[in-house]
Amino acid sequence: MRVYLDNATSTKVDDRVIEAMVPFFRDYYALPSSQFTHSYGMEVSDLVNEAREFILQKIGGTKPEEIIFTSGGTESNNLAIKGTAYANQKKGKHIVTSSIEHLSVIESVRKLEKEGFEITFLPVDQKGYVNIETLSKSLRDDTILVSIQMGNHETGTLQNIKEISKIVKQKNITFHTDASIAWPYIEDVEINNIDLMTISPHKFHGPKGIGILYVKKGSVLNKIIDGGYNENNLRAGSENTPGIMGAKKAIEIFSKDDVRRIEELRNYLREKIEVKIPDVEFNTPVESSLPHILNCTFKYVEGEAISLRLDFAGIAVTTGSACYSRNLQASYILIAMGRTHEQSHGSIRFSLSKYNSKDEIDYTVEKLSSIVEDLRKLSPLGKE
Amino acid sequence: MPTPYTKLVIEHFKNPHNVGEIEDADVKVTEGSPACGDMLTLYLKVDPLTHKIVDVKFRSYGCASNIATGSIMTDMVKGKTIEEAEKITWKDAAEALGGLPPVKVHCSVLAADALHSALEIYVEKNGLEKEKKPTTVEIVFQKLSHVIDPENGVDIVKSKIIKKLKVENGIISIGLEIPEDSQFAGNIKEEILERLEYLWDIKEVKVVFTG
Repeated sequence: MRVYLDNATSTKVDDRVIEAMVPFFRDYYALPSSQFTHSYGMEVSDLVNEAREFILQKIGGTKPEEIIFTSGGTESNNLAIKGTAYANQKKGKHIVTSSIEHLSVIESVRKLEKEGFEITFLPVDQKGYVNIETLSKSLRDDTILVSIQMGNHETGTLQNIKEISKIVKQKNITFHTDASIAWPYIEDVEINNIDLMTISPHKFHGPKGIGILYVKKGSVLNKIIDGGYNENNLRAGSENTPGIMGAKKAIEIFSKDDVRRIEELRNYLREKIEVKIPDVEFNTPVESSLPHILNCTFKYVEGEAISLRLDFAGIAVTTGSACYSRNLQASYILIAMGRTHEQSHGSIRFSLSKYNSKDEIDYTVEKLSSIVEDLRKLSPLGKE
Repeated sequence: MPTPYTKLVIEHFKNPHNVGEIEDADVKVTEGSPACGDMLTLYLKVDPLTHKIVDVKFRSYGCASNIATGSIMTDMVKGKTIEEAEKITWKDAAEALGGLPPVKVHCSVLAADALHSALEIYVEKNGLEKEKKPTTVEIVFQKLSHVIDPENGVDIVKSKIIKKLKVENGIISIGLEIPEDSQFAGNIKEEILERLEYLWDIKEVKVVFTG
């Protein structure tokens, strides 16, 4: 049996999405920006605009130019943060974010820091939540941007974006949320208080290479990729039309029933692990988390060893262990959540999708339980 | 299946050899700590007459390359004399495994470190050194650089918590800047004693906590 439980990294593209993309390689290959040159371009431009309108409706925006297509979530985050910072630096140079953001946010603000911006990294509690009061106190007269993720890609922690955005907007500060892993799993967003929102279609069965940045009308940002006037003059470059149509399709077919089923499966996985495997700590908060992520730490064993052995059994997961990461550092997210290095090294993230079944979960827990038991026999820890 | 590991690494990782403990081991030594991501405990049993390694076992809290290196390294030294075993390096083990990804080197060196520490301790415990060097502050520092502070995964020399170190009349006095009631004080003290107490010219090791 092969079981893919790494859907927070990327997902299988839905066949309907692939079908929606194919015509844009084969027939509608002209660029929408050629709309004033020839009818080929005009046809594509109409279809792309339809897609833009459709996505806009889903997000709850008001003007089609609020939807900016990029190359992915990473670029959307770069544009939102650097774009806002550069365009507003005369107003102030202070940016607030959290310590558990995606690297595309963390490294963007780190770069700005080197260029003279001042960054506040808000701490999070054991469950990964940003404290609303701490956030409120961190806002200053020269704060130009607050960027807080909607959901965390490692632990699934869901921030209280409604409350956070309200506080930020009361002070008239630009608010960005990285919803790469959260939207449309979490669709119920108070878009009124959100100025910028990052969406990443390959996280929900859309294609890779396409990202969306919702940019509320009135937001002031500089473009960071130069070379033309595309995307409301916020992102130069040939439009990725197959990607755009694939993204639209992925959003169109995304189903709340699937989300409910995935969440049930995720909870089933959690309960089974709890029953079958001793000495497990769950890093995903029960109260408020994404429906498809479960992160836990298996004490006394190292995560890469677990994930590699799971892979031998056909099961794909990921780990927060330093041994797995390319920089040989334990997950900064789990460390920021107050976990020790040891807890982080032994962490495994399971992320589910609509393609997973109960049988797959049963198989996974069965294999997992014998792998953990086996590795614990090997470990010098936990022997007393 | 494409992985950065060779078939042999995967084989040793899946079914590691020589796993476990030796109850009446001549030497037991631990390198690394959970905080640094890898930890390996090695047990040696040596024939007192021939100085041949009659048994060797290990336990590992570590990733695939750590476990595989522990497995092949223990295979390689079994039956060898202490002198022969001393010549086996991490590189020999890595080569025997068909190579390791460069990024994984640091995880696997631990097995070799544990072996060499264990051999060194055995040699010194049994007075087998070619020449008996008097214990100096430098030697003590070198040995203490293998003792890891579990709090942060850094060795106690690098993390600069050794505030006092004296070697005088066969007595080593060490002052550590950590509170006596610290969670890890007992563990660190034990590791220090394991690394120093057996030295031929040392009668006593005093560890004082000054945090």
